[in-house]
Amino acid sequence: MAGQYTCPICSQASCQRKRTKTRTISVSLFILRLLSLCGLFSSRTMIRLFKVKEKQRELAENASGGAPVKKQSAGELRLHKDISELNLPKSCNIQFPNGKDDLMNFEVSIRPDEGYYASGTFLFSFQVSPIYPHEAPKVKCKTKVYHPNIDLEGNVCLNILREDWKPVLNINTIIYGLYHLFTEPNYEDPLNHDAAAVLRDNPKMFESNVRRAMAGGYVGQTYFPRSM
Amino acid sequence: MADTSSQPSRSRDLDKLLLRPGNLVGATFEPGPELRDALQEDFVKVLVVGAGGLGCELLKDLALSGFRNLEVIDMDRIEVTNLNRQFLFRLEDVGKPKAEVAAKRVKERISGVNIVPHFCRIEDKDISFYSDFSIIALGLDSIEARSYINGVACSFLEYDSNDNPIEETIKPMVDGGTEGFKGHARVILPGVTPCFECTIWLFPPQVKFPLCTLAETPRTAAHCIEYAHLIKWNEVHGGVAFDPDDPKHMKWVYDEAVKRAELFGIPGVTYSLTQGVVKNIIPAIASTNAIISSACALETLKIVTGCSKTLSNYLTYNGAEGLHTKVTEFERDKDCLVCGPGVLIELDTSVTLKKFMDILEEHPKLQLSRASVTHRGKNLYMQAPPILEEMTRSNLSLPLLDLMDKVPKDVLHVNGTTVKKDEKVTCLRKLRVVFKGVDGVADMDTAGGA
Repeated sequence: MAGQYTCPICSQASCQRKRTKTRTISVSLFILRLLSLCGLFSSRTMIRLFKVKEKQRELAENASGGAPVKKQSAGELRLHKDISELNLPKSCNIQFPNGKDDLMNFEVSIRPDEGYYASGTFLFSFQVSPIYPHEAPKVKCKTKVYHPNIDLEGNVCLNILREDWKPVLNINTIIYGLYHLFTEPNYEDPLNHDAAAVLRDNPKMFESNVRRAMAGGYVGQTYFPRSM
Repeated sequence: MADTSSQPSRSRDLDKLLLRPGNLVGATFEPGPELRDALQEDFVKVLVVGAGGLGCELLKDLALSGFRNLEVIDMDRIEVTNLNRQFLFRLEDVGKPKAEVAAKRVKERISGVNIVPHFCRIEDKDISFYSDFSIIALGLDSIEARSYINGVACSFLEYDSNDNPIEETIKPMVDGGTEGFKGHARVILPGVTPCFECTIWLFPPQVKFPLCTLAETPRTAAHCIEYAHLIKWNEVHGGVAFDPDDPKHMKWVYDEAVKRAELFGIPGVTYSLTQGVVKNIIPAIASTNAIISSACALETLKIVTGCSKTLSNYLTYNGAEGLHTKVTEFERDKDCLVCGPGVLIELDTSVTLKKFMDILEEHPKLQLSRASVTHRGKNLYMQAPPILEEMTRSNLSLPLLDLMDKVPKDVLHVNGTTVKKDEKVTCLRKLRVVFKGVDGVADMDTAGGA
């Protein structure tokens, strides 16, 4: 037996893993190292471990009662990064209606300083999923706005919120994207068909419609509350 | 075990695996009747998450593989459309909780097995509920639910001071998934093999149609359905949230989609397609579930008994054109925020949050400046935006231990900027913070030496 090496994982004497120089570490660590090398789990140990664990758990429960802990989803952690790195222009403002510990639901107000919508204030709600950034946040416009790319229910047509969302994008990108919708409304991706047609065919009239809507008033049959 | 000896044939197949030595077994495998009987002991408890297409199969497979103590959790009730493949359910069960009916049926058919059903959401259970199980088998259909269970299982994982996972804290998971003719089975041993979050990029992003296409230029039946679902519903129902499980809601969306399809001359809108598009359903194939479940049940048995090497670590199955199956050994993300060891930091109990942030800046492994700190969902300090910075600023002068609710050893997450190859980069890191000289951490300090 002495000198005869058999790999504890594959039981073969010829196994090259024996070259691993971890002998000085305790045996259990050594095995764990190998486990991670081979992707194999020493399972008789497993069933024995369950028994040990059961005992430990009973002891622990008797001792403390185990305070339930809130855990953070991977999505929350990534969002935490996005939020703490936000770098917004003065015209954009973020609020957390549920306080500092709920970052998953927040509001952004945008106050464009140029273009058709200058000096209006538009509020957006953000709802972020626990599997963010695998999934884009759900964004709605809470301010009723006369806009070719935002409909009267607050749906927003912004490519990075749906078909072009990628996990490398972040909250900052979305807010800039939303800001861009106000400086460059675009009639080619219409959600409000009428507004898009007016912008395309008669920009002067579009401008006055936007002004009327923001001041609080009717455009056609639709009433817009004041938003400036 | 009187009944096993009176019915020797009951475990005949299992005996071939568990009573005899072999060449492909784990090194510490100790065959014998004790091992077989140990499967029935109270300390071998398996949780099956999901009692749907995979869950039904898993419960049956595990019960027939000799496991005696099973529990199953599922929040859904049985629907008529489940009956073609969720074979534990009958027409008269429609409307009843899946978990309860599944548990009852398997218990009726397989004597001696004990199955406890839980008719609730996975989030409704305390974390301690999950710590009870030896192993967790997943038969789920959503990334979100997998990510949640993975987070729970990884939260039990502890590392020693050499960043090696502590064996007793590893909560193994076996995850199955199917989509039509395709499926996967994987073994997750947190700290040893990649966790769900290490490889979340494996899941392709959901196809989402541009809203303006839906509103203006629909071309397919799915466009018409999504228009009715995403745009028309809100227009008509205002504040009422759409509930995909309410047949009246679904019927309304279907009717609207039909009208829209007629308007644009688009064929193909059916009620079942409407359900499929809205709930993102891919038709399930019973035999795919059976194949994937059997792989998962076998891996469970292998992990527990050591009767063979385990799958390493991700099996994909494709039965669409012929049959293709392959096992890939994915690697762990060493910096995974969920299963990774994080950076171990020892602190005095008097350290304030501000001092802690200074330590992060000087720490050779981190050199992290402008740190924002979060602990179990509580934001201790945020560098930005100004509104959050203001709300968290008063924490800076408080002892970190107090901010961490006096827990002497816990995980924190920080992000900030660090310098990599002369360039400033932002990074998000996991830290294992240990306070020196507080009860309960002495054994942690000495584990593994160093």
